[in-house]
Amino acid sequence: MKPAAFDYLCPRTLDDALQALASHGDQASVLAGGQSLMPMLSFRLLEPPWVVDINRIPGLDQIQQDGASLRIGALARHAQVMAHPLVAQHFPLLAQAMPHIAHAAIRERGTLGGSLCLADPAAELPACMLALDARLLLRSQQGAREVAAADFFQGLYQTALAPGELLVEVHIPLPEAGSQMVFDEFSRRHGDYAMAGLAAWSHPASQRSRLVYLGCGDRPTRALRAEALLNARTPVPEYPTLRAAIDADLHPEADLQAQPDTKRHLATVLLQRAWPHL
Amino acid sequence: MNPSHPLSLHVNGVAVQAQVEPRQHLADFLREQVGLTGTHLGCEYGVCGACTVRVDGRIVRACLMLAIQAQGCDVQTIEGLDAQGGFRDLQQAFVARNALQCGFCTPGMVMCATALLEQGGCPSRSDIRAHISGNYCRCTGYEAIVDAIDHTARTRAAT
Repeated sequence: MKPAAFDYLCPRTLDDALQALASHGDQASVLAGGQSLMPMLSFRLLEPPWVVDINRIPGLDQIQQDGASLRIGALARHAQVMAHPLVAQHFPLLAQAMPHIAHAAIRERGTLGGSLCLADPAAELPACMLALDARLLLRSQQGAREVAAADFFQGLYQTALAPGELLVEVHIPLPEAGSQMVFDEFSRRHGDYAMAGLAAWSHPASQRSRLVYLGCGDRPTRALRAEALLNARTPVPEYPTLRAAIDADLHPEADLQAQPDTKRHLATVLLQRAWPHL
Repeated sequence: MNPSHPLSLHVNGVAVQAQVEPRQHLADFLREQVGLTGTHLGCEYGVCGACTVRVDGRIVRACLMLAIQAQGCDVQTIEGLDAQGGFRDLQQAFVARNALQCGFCTPGMVMCATALLEQGGCPSRSDIRAHISGNYCRCTGYEAIVDAIDHTARTRAAT
């Protein structure tokens, strides 16, 4: 189908964009990469009276190191993040996750901010941001606030974004020396949304770790009991031990990709495979 | 309400000026207003890859971009690739290996493949499959398409 008619705004400054969002509130949809918004418009799942295109705002796609953080602008395209030397240097988790995101042509347009604001529970980047303790910088005409990834994702396609707010930047703390990172997922075909996926890091010296699953709940989900197992730094436990932890940690509902039992099985296998590298 | 907007851009090197409705996507604009029907429209929600074109050198889904967003951009379609002539070898490899049957996916498949080939070297068959994974072909089973791209890459690397 074709999208329903809408009025189009293309602000050239962040202030103009915030003004547009303040004026139109929930009557406006923000157009970033458009790789999810455009299908939703075409299916008429969304029929916003206004579309605010933020692609022409300069400076929103910067990737730079700022002290002990990496700052990634919300408009940074997946392909740009994937190819960035600072990402390769500090965040093998992201470098491993990016090729799983859809396909080459989608990665040329899709943005980090768009993926996070859509908050699809089976998407790679929300899970990575939760795993990495990213902080999201939100701007509105009322000012700015920072929200931790753990507070930003609030459910199926639900985020902490208030009407009039725009995600402008993500701050990811640089990992401690000696951190290990693994990203892996199962999907039916290359580029499909994951049946189950795992964004993980560990810091063996301090016996800390983070295991965040995607596609296994209504939002990216930490597996706390599995983390406790991993932090004990034993060789890979037997399947039943890992599965018991996963069963306690994850409560996925069936989706188009897989049944809950399958998802918990795949989550366990992902942990088995990642364990030797963590 | 929803007045049309002026749009100026380059399509295959030719300056184009038009009026577009904001809701019109780039694929419809290219087909209906510019008259370039080589860009095919399959699923219209970004899954099939038949509408793949290049915008400022990057491969994009023309159904997932509004025409108005191409303001000031250089858009290249399969017709532009043809005029430029730099893909004759890939075209011939597609023919020689029966890498097309109905041909509906072919323009998108070729546009996608050219971006990989431009990176140079000899991508593995697995790399080729990953690169064209967003382009559906319902006829060939892909093997012949991978063959054609693989052959073109090897031949280019050897010359």
